[in-house]
Amino acid sequence: MRYLPKSDEERRQMLAEIGAASIDDLFSVIPAEYRLGRDLSVPRQQAESEILAYFQEAGRRNATDYASFLGAGAYRHYRPVIIDALVQRGEFLTSYTPYQAEITQGTLLAIFEFQTMIAELTGMDVANASMYDGSTGAAEAVMMAVRVTGRHKAVVAATVHPEYREVLATYATHQGLPTTIAGYDHETARVNLEALDAAISAETACVLVQSPNFFGVIEDIPAIAQIAHAKGALLIVSVAEAISLGVIRPPVEADIVAMEAQSFGVALSYGGPFCGVIAAKEQFVRQLPGRLAGQTVDGAGNRGFVLTLATREQHIRREKATSNICTNQALVALMATIFLAVYGKEGMRELAEHNLAKADYAAKALSSHSGAKLRFQGAPRFHEFVLQTDEAPGAWSQRLLANKIVGGIELSRWYPELANCTLWCATEVVTREQIDRAAKVLAAQPVEA
Amino acid sequence: MSTTTNSAGPHTLGKVRPHQTQNEALLFEKSSPGKRAYKLPPLDVPAVDVPSRLGEARRQNPPALPELSEIEIIRHFTRLSTWNYAIDLGMDPLGSCTMKYNPRVNEVVARIEGLAEAHPYRPEFLAQGILEIFDLLQRCLLEITGMDAITLQPAAGAHGEFTGILLTRAWHQSQGNPRKTVLIPDSAHGTNPATAAFSGYTVENLKSNADGGIDLEALARQVNEDTAALMLTNPSTLGVFESQIHRIADILHAKGALLYMDGANMNALVGKVRPGDFGVDVMHLNLHKTFSTPHGGGGPGSGPVACKTFLEPFLPIPVLVRTEDGPKDPCPDAGDWEDTNAEPTADGCPPLFRAPILKSDGERVGDSEPLPLHPLGGPLRWDYDRPLSIGRVRAFYGNTGMFIRALAYILANGPDGLRQTTEDAVLNANYIRKKLEDIYDLPYKTPSMHEVVFSDKRQAALGVRTGDIAKRLIDYGFHPYTVSFPLIVHGALMIEPTESESREELDLFIAAMRSIAREVEEDPETVKTAPHSTRVSRLDEVQAARKPILRWKPAQ
Repeated sequence: MRYLPKSDEERRQMLAEIGAASIDDLFSVIPAEYRLGRDLSVPRQQAESEILAYFQEAGRRNATDYASFLGAGAYRHYRPVIIDALVQRGEFLTSYTPYQAEITQGTLLAIFEFQTMIAELTGMDVANASMYDGSTGAAEAVMMAVRVTGRHKAVVAATVHPEYREVLATYATHQGLPTTIAGYDHETARVNLEALDAAISAETACVLVQSPNFFGVIEDIPAIAQIAHAKGALLIVSVAEAISLGVIRPPVEADIVAMEAQSFGVALSYGGPFCGVIAAKEQFVRQLPGRLAGQTVDGAGNRGFVLTLATREQHIRREKATSNICTNQALVALMATIFLAVYGKEGMRELAEHNLAKADYAAKALSSHSGAKLRFQGAPRFHEFVLQTDEAPGAWSQRLLANKIVGGIELSRWYPELANCTLWCATEVVTREQIDRAAKVLAAQPVEA
Repeated sequence: MSTTTNSAGPHTLGKVRPHQTQNEALLFEKSSPGKRAYKLPPLDVPAVDVPSRLGEARRQNPPALPELSEIEIIRHFTRLSTWNYAIDLGMDPLGSCTMKYNPRVNEVVARIEGLAEAHPYRPEFLAQGILEIFDLLQRCLLEITGMDAITLQPAAGAHGEFTGILLTRAWHQSQGNPRKTVLIPDSAHGTNPATAAFSGYTVENLKSNADGGIDLEALARQVNEDTAALMLTNPSTLGVFESQIHRIADILHAKGALLYMDGANMNALVGKVRPGDFGVDVMHLNLHKTFSTPHGGGGPGSGPVACKTFLEPFLPIPVLVRTEDGPKDPCPDAGDWEDTNAEPTADGCPPLFRAPILKSDGERVGDSEPLPLHPLGGPLRWDYDRPLSIGRVRAFYGNTGMFIRALAYILANGPDGLRQTTEDAVLNANYIRKKLEDIYDLPYKTPSMHEVVFSDKRQAALGVRTGDIAKRLIDYGFHPYTVSFPLIVHGALMIEPTESESREELDLFIAAMRSIAREVEEDPETVKTAPHSTRVSRLDEVQAARKPILRWKPAQ
């Protein structure tokens, strides 16, 4: 086996030195009736060339030659090549969690930079070293608000990603945490402020909204914050499309921001690994879940970095910890850090503006025929939009697929009231040619049978 | 100061010699306005007037991100990387962490365009390639664990624990009572009690017996109708296999409680024994431990949860299913499949074998083309219609990139390689034990599996603690072992070499540990103030926590 650095002779010598007659001696503690007396029924050992062939074939079956207008919490952006060049350095790729600070200063300094960049982008004071993804980050942010406020209810906007809400429901059920859904305005697709106000009580720990929300619309964060804070609830803002922060006002009125950083140079990879992160106001730092890197000095006064405030964490506090999270998404956070270094202050704005322009053009082009109209035009949006068609999406999507285009995702799956409505996304990697082609195929009348 | 290699020169200690590392400031400190590391293509659609379009929602001040060129970014992160220790540099014997080799082919295949660029909401017919990977990995993991059903959704070990305990809870609920407590041995990982509490259970501590294992009598006394489950790590954090595991399961099952297994130490079992065969009801695996996906400085991981049939209805949505309809692939002679004594899959078709081409007299002359990659039956699809499901534990389907890597590892090993891997991991741990037990205290004499736990008892008597010895190991060119864990061993040195260490590397490690033990007697200060060869010396953790500086800010 090519990964195992021993010859059979060395194995025999080592066994002899241990004083074992055979390797089975070392497993004799396992009751005989449970020992597996056969080979595992898994594929036989494959050569590296066969492994490559297997996965390349799987990749081909997935088809790569389709234009895509899918977004909805997973976004395709250009990934600068230096990201993979750097994260594949073995010193990053194969190092452990930086508990031994003296020999992990590279990872620790990079986490410190990640925390700084996320805080800067979100308008928060501090950010943690990462969470699993945007959905679990949002759920843990709600748990955090419960600890901060001592209240045990949550209000969630219906415009938060449906899968994020499902995850929160799973987390909340067993925490005795009832959640109320606040509906959205059917003109703007923003959360309905009156409904939101009515849903908040003196027992509400927090309000969770997403901006840009699931329909791509930017929520009125200052107004929502005012409503939440007036009743002593915290405001948590979930950001599923992190690129938006290049051009959209950061949610500075929020108390906690739960973000998905996948857009920062992380491959779609069929939904993971992505990179969640929680940022917050300084006064809540001791209730943050997850790891934190902090600056300090060594014995000689050199600047250095360590994992800090570990008394929040499970390996110290066990059942009293702020979360059970241990492993996070460190290498993916490093990808995001490199991405943000590449684009920097001006690039983030320019990139976000390209996304705005593409989506603007796509929205106009796709709604330019009489059978389609753009919904929710009453509020600003980022790079996603909702299209309502006369024709059922099931019909025209077949036409698009036949032309190697994956159109918008059907919303009635989560919002039954939005019949024939689809959510489209156009990032900077979508070309005008693809948009024009999609518009043309969409507008084409189906052939009558 | 002693040295341990033939090449020992004046600056050599063990296998290492200090070398220069470059200083490097933070990105923010290197930034200057106007530098660029990106170039966007010309916009092929009309630009939008941002102020009028976004109004109040527009960002007024750009984020204070650094402005740098590409070469500076490359140098920055390359310099930082040289400040890290990693498996690629040498042995990392962290107990319970299974720091094994991370094969490079895994990284290559995870980046294949059709896999890496797949959007999670693409139509299922355009995702069959990746779904077949899910399916094959699921079947391999079920075979390895001996369990009946599996979800790949959890993002890490602790997330898997959470999922597994929710399955337990949902099942108890379906029996009319979710129950109140989860039993956790005092030797357990901190994630276990944190998970139980996070899932709404009260944690009840289970004291280990004199051998560091489960005290059956104490267990029998403590298990009652309020007990939802026992969370058991097997082998335990002492590296000891619970030989009474079947009786543990019986005691729990007699009271209607379930046996949850923390699979963190599965690297000691793969191919030798299956948890599903010794009474486990539900367990998680750590793909980033046992199945070689990289730790990446702390993540990402992946924590699939496998369970017995009675828990299957409660698995998180969605669940991968193969449709019965659709085009059926012919299933040729199973050939090699039968050679491995394996049970054919339910559809009678092996997943990834070449059928042998035989001459009329039975002599094998070669192999056929690969069999169809998906077994008999229709395409794969996601099933959301599962009324008893605990719901989702995360968005989308899991850390797919880790599934690709883990499957590549399983394919590279095959049944013989997986078994040999386990045997080598156990061999290595026992070799270290044998070579160090005369100088480091071994608090539990029970046989070791894949890791060995010493205590610092002898060294502590001279004022040197496990943490000091660990730091001194750095000077010898090794990552420290796990310090002060498990908690049932005072001053623990928890050592897990994994299968990835050659005899030479093990001997160097042993020599380093013996040399440090001598230093403790002759020159304890050197050990207590270690490390001496790193860029930074011991860092002031108290200051870091007292006045936390968690982000860079420009000088006032």
